[in-house]
Amino acid sequence: LLRCTRTVPATLSRLYHGDRVATLGSQPDAQSPLFQENYERMKALVQELKDRAEKIKLGGGEKARKLHTSRGKLLPRERIDKLLDPGSPFLEFSQFAAYQLYGQEEVPAGGIITGIGRVSGVECVIVANDATVKGGTYYPVTVKKHLRAQEIAQQNHLPCIYLVDSGGANLPRQADVFPDRDHFGRIFFNQARLSSEGIAQVAVVMGSCTAGGAYVPAMADESIIVRKQGTIFLGGPPLVRAATGEEVSAEDLGGADLHCRKSGVTDHYALDDSHALHLARKVVRSLNYQKKLDVTVEPPEAPLFPADELYGIVGDNLKRNFDVREVIARIVDGSKFDEFKAFYGDTLVTGFARIFGYPVGIIGNNGVLFSESAKKGTHFIELCCQRNIPLLFLQNITGFMVGREYEAGGIAKDGAKMVTAVACANVPKITMIIGGSYGAGNYGMCGRAYSPRFLYMWPNARISVMGGEQAATVLATITKDQKAREGKEFTAEQEAAMKEPIVRRFEEEGSPYYSSARLWDDGIIDPADTRLVLGLSLSAALNAPTQRTRFGVFRM
Amino acid sequence: GSVRCASVARGRIEKVLIANRGEIACRVMRTAKKMGVRSVAVYSEADRHAMHVAMADEAYHIGPAASQQSYLSMEKVMEVAKRSHAQAIHPGYGFLSENTEFAELCKQEGIIFIGPPSSAIRDMGIKSTSKYIMSAAGVPIIEGYHGEDQSDERLQAEAARIGYPVMIKAVRGGGGKGMRIAPSEADFHEQLESARREARKSFNDDVMLVEKFVENPRHVEVQVFGDQHGNAVYLFERDCSVQRRHQKIIEEAPGPGISPEVRRKLGEAAVRAAKAVNYVGAGTVEFIMDAQHNFYFMEMNTRLQVEHPVSEMITGTDLVEWQLRVAAGEELPLAQEEIELSGHSFEARIYAEDPNNDFLPGAGPLLHLSTPQADDCTRIETGVRQGDEVSAHYDPMIAKLVVWGEDRSAALKKLRYSLRQYNIVGLNTNIDFLLSLSGHPEFEAGNVHTSFIPLHHAQLFPPPLAPPREVLCQAALGLLLRERDHTHAFKARSHDQYSPFASSSGRRVNVLYTRNLTLQLGDKKVEVAVTYNPDGTYSMEIGGEVFLVSGDLVEEGGASYLRCSVNGVVSRPKMVVLDNDVHLFSMEGSFEVKVPVPKFLAGVSGSGAQGGAVAPMTGTIEKVLVKAGDTVQVGDPLMVMIAMKMEHTIRAPKAGIIKKVFFKEGSQANRHAALVELEEEEASEE
Repeated sequence: LLRCTRTVPATLSRLYHGDRVATLGSQPDAQSPLFQENYERMKALVQELKDRAEKIKLGGGEKARKLHTSRGKLLPRERIDKLLDPGSPFLEFSQFAAYQLYGQEEVPAGGIITGIGRVSGVECVIVANDATVKGGTYYPVTVKKHLRAQEIAQQNHLPCIYLVDSGGANLPRQADVFPDRDHFGRIFFNQARLSSEGIAQVAVVMGSCTAGGAYVPAMADESIIVRKQGTIFLGGPPLVRAATGEEVSAEDLGGADLHCRKSGVTDHYALDDSHALHLARKVVRSLNYQKKLDVTVEPPEAPLFPADELYGIVGDNLKRNFDVREVIARIVDGSKFDEFKAFYGDTLVTGFARIFGYPVGIIGNNGVLFSESAKKGTHFIELCCQRNIPLLFLQNITGFMVGREYEAGGIAKDGAKMVTAVACANVPKITMIIGGSYGAGNYGMCGRAYSPRFLYMWPNARISVMGGEQAATVLATITKDQKAREGKEFTAEQEAAMKEPIVRRFEEEGSPYYSSARLWDDGIIDPADTRLVLGLSLSAALNAPTQRTRFGVFRM
Repeated sequence: GSVRCASVARGRIEKVLIANRGEIACRVMRTAKKMGVRSVAVYSEADRHAMHVAMADEAYHIGPAASQQSYLSMEKVMEVAKRSHAQAIHPGYGFLSENTEFAELCKQEGIIFIGPPSSAIRDMGIKSTSKYIMSAAGVPIIEGYHGEDQSDERLQAEAARIGYPVMIKAVRGGGGKGMRIAPSEADFHEQLESARREARKSFNDDVMLVEKFVENPRHVEVQVFGDQHGNAVYLFERDCSVQRRHQKIIEEAPGPGISPEVRRKLGEAAVRAAKAVNYVGAGTVEFIMDAQHNFYFMEMNTRLQVEHPVSEMITGTDLVEWQLRVAAGEELPLAQEEIELSGHSFEARIYAEDPNNDFLPGAGPLLHLSTPQADDCTRIETGVRQGDEVSAHYDPMIAKLVVWGEDRSAALKKLRYSLRQYNIVGLNTNIDFLLSLSGHPEFEAGNVHTSFIPLHHAQLFPPPLAPPREVLCQAALGLLLRERDHTHAFKARSHDQYSPFASSSGRRVNVLYTRNLTLQLGDKKVEVAVTYNPDGTYSMEIGGEVFLVSGDLVEEGGASYLRCSVNGVVSRPKMVVLDNDVHLFSMEGSFEVKVPVPKFLAGVSGSGAQGGAVAPMTGTIEKVLVKAGDTVQVGDPLMVMIAMKMEHTIRAPKAGIIKKVFFKEGSQANRHAALVELEEEEASEE
């Protein structure tokens, strides 16, 4: 008998158990007015997102693009496409950086394109200056985006490839670009530190690298320069003439021939952009880099339900509730979800699933957080850290429950437990804001301050310390009380007049575009792309070696 | 006749040595196997891995690639025959098949030579003798001079007597070698010299005959068979009129438009001819036929001809089996009245050659080779497989495609259908030419004659068809799918095989990825903007026109098919991708689309980058006509090269000054080797 059982192939017995995994989700009533209204409104938001993104994809104006290409240069996105393994996906970050941030000045994508893609089979962070946008100069957000890309590289242990074509710091804004800790200088600090951690730094000089910019290739582990196109110097020809009177051409001062033959600042000599990118791919191949997964993987399965049903389920009205399980059902492999503590603290849904075969522990909101929900969340985070399972936060949270009863029940300390757990968890954390992100709920659900590896927003999402209505009401109530103390009247009209701009301001500042413009997130995505974006993010995150988690003191 | 009969060996044949290579060796072995006769192959150095070696029960190495030292070496072949204890030698065609001395040698060594007695070979091998015998036997012959006086003056005088145009032919020649036509007195001398030069090279004998040249004649030949008991039959005629370089390219049986009456006369004349020389075995009596269906004896080939399968197809016989049985002393399996003609058969010879360059013979690797499915009505006679090399040392024929149909038009339809499925990549072939030839209305009508190709040249060589945009979409799709396969392969090898980064979806965040592919058609570049749609389809834009394209690759019978949809039209071309070339084969034709190699990867290109002339194929430099410092004009001859047993004149591709000559006479040049360095003349100062 024993011998019999031993002959059963291992995979069979696994399938036997695997079959037991409950599938999640239900067929929505696609004909219902609510579903249809939701669908139409979300669809409109997604269309707006894509239209805006297509415009940003173009980079600078047509004139700038023409001038750029007339010099035989490739546009930055073409450079990335050619650098990547042909036909492979590119996980771009923060397309809306600087979106409506600098008044009349449009700085599409912040003048720099960042993202993760495979180069010679290795997932790399790519940072490409867009010289068609203000000559590729660094605005404050450009710096922030560059630093964020390096942070992603550091957290996920991804080699960096810098496609340099930049005029350096944006001089009129030098005060917001140069002096502070997280300003321009930090780029080179990061390059040195990343390199010291064994994270390869590769620079491809495809345009100018002036002044501080010269340090990008100079600090790189390996660098490539394009002849008659790339230049590297600490001071450009005008500055040299002003300083010493020496007349010299840019090419003679810091071109490919000089740097490959004499100075040794660059290592590889490229004939053109395509050649340079080809060389960069070869450099990556020589990194001898091997991704070692420290998690189990299983063959992926598509979810049982079409992704675009998310439009009809979620919609754009944050006041409407939806079951986060329906969202999970449209994201995870085979819509299979092993729910943890399903009947306890049910405003927080926790459980295990797989996305593109990678294991993931999911924490999703199904209402306001109570003490039980927070404790359940804490327990679940501990499980994931113990088992080295990446965490996914599906954030749609108005906050923790308020009121005497709850304060007395210790909601503050229970919330603190969850915040402690989130803060200390060293497994990869990914946050997807699929609805509201308000107040301390943002903390417990791994907001930006909790250093998730990646944080994305859906176009219907809102982020602020509290809802606009609530904030206006709180402020109005305080004013009313104050007026009352002073014996003054506070009319309904006055109250409305006071609340209106507050609501409007919160509405504006809570928009995902407002957030993305300031790099409070890593990008706004189409809900229908959630599974893919999460799969790519998990794949990237699993490049980093496992770090054990040590939790801080939990207040009991 | 009794003397000859007595000299013929009788006995069982248990083992046969095939003193040949390529398709005919394989053809003979197939029948030998069927009859339970063991086969022995011989092979040269170049054929070590050839198909005929693999097919044989035993195989023996007989020397270097050059046929003089291998397949033509009587001693070596005989030695193998003795070592292997073969009772008989089948010579195939070419090589030793019509060599009197070899037939004699076999007789001396007591080994059956599968062919006629040496006397018949000798009689028929010398054209003047053969005509004399035929004339005596009452077979109609053509006017000519077959005399021994070979002086230029005599030959020219005879030519004048016969009347121009005349044909000058090597007496021991064959296969178009050592043969020239002099349209007028003015050309006679030059053509005579050229014919002699070639004859000396090929047969080591430059005795020439001169005869009347019939304009636009048909080439009609009759398959005959004789046994050792004095029987001889005919298996009807074949029409082999359509020729290029005086070599057959497409043959059919029976001859189109030939009445039963003429057919009977032809057959009987051929049998008379055979009997006149006590013929034994398979033979072919060649006639030329004028427009009125008068026919004249040309020559008799004392071997199994290349095109014998068409006769087999219409008579339901296996002539190799007949050969073996007759050689063993049996009587002919069928009497004349038992041989019935049924249906129609075509044979198309697939050659490694470049029809667009005067059918220049080629050589090279068969990187891809796929054939139509063989069945009762479709025969593929070949001696090569995919991956084999068509050697420059031997005949560049790749295969014979033989089809049978109820009638001529059915057979022709089948021929064209099968030709479309005969797909070869790696070297130039005449397949497209065979298609346009067999599709020509005059060919369909059966109006064939030996000047068919020059007469219909314009229609037979249509300007190259630019592939329709749909085909470009298919090529682009094929490239993308192949890339996807590479990605999948990488993914499967990696530790992280399910990562979405390892897909070929081209996905981008919020935007669509549009990729500019550059394809090359000849020397024209075409831009295809491919947009990756999230559903896995592609939108391809070419010259402002957008196509919705999707599909996948399917493997079937060793070939890849592109199952694709372009704007809703589903098709399934065969696709072969080699390095940077995409080849698409479908019933609409075959197309080649290249992917240009980036400048930084393209090293020194072989296509005469420095502007010199290049060797069209591997061969020996026969003559160097220029020296460094010479000024040449476009088209000036630079060198004469001997390759594939033919002379090729290499001409200046442009005007200029010869800077350097890289080869001297007698040296060997590889295909595409630069022969001279040619400096373009600076535009003269104004």
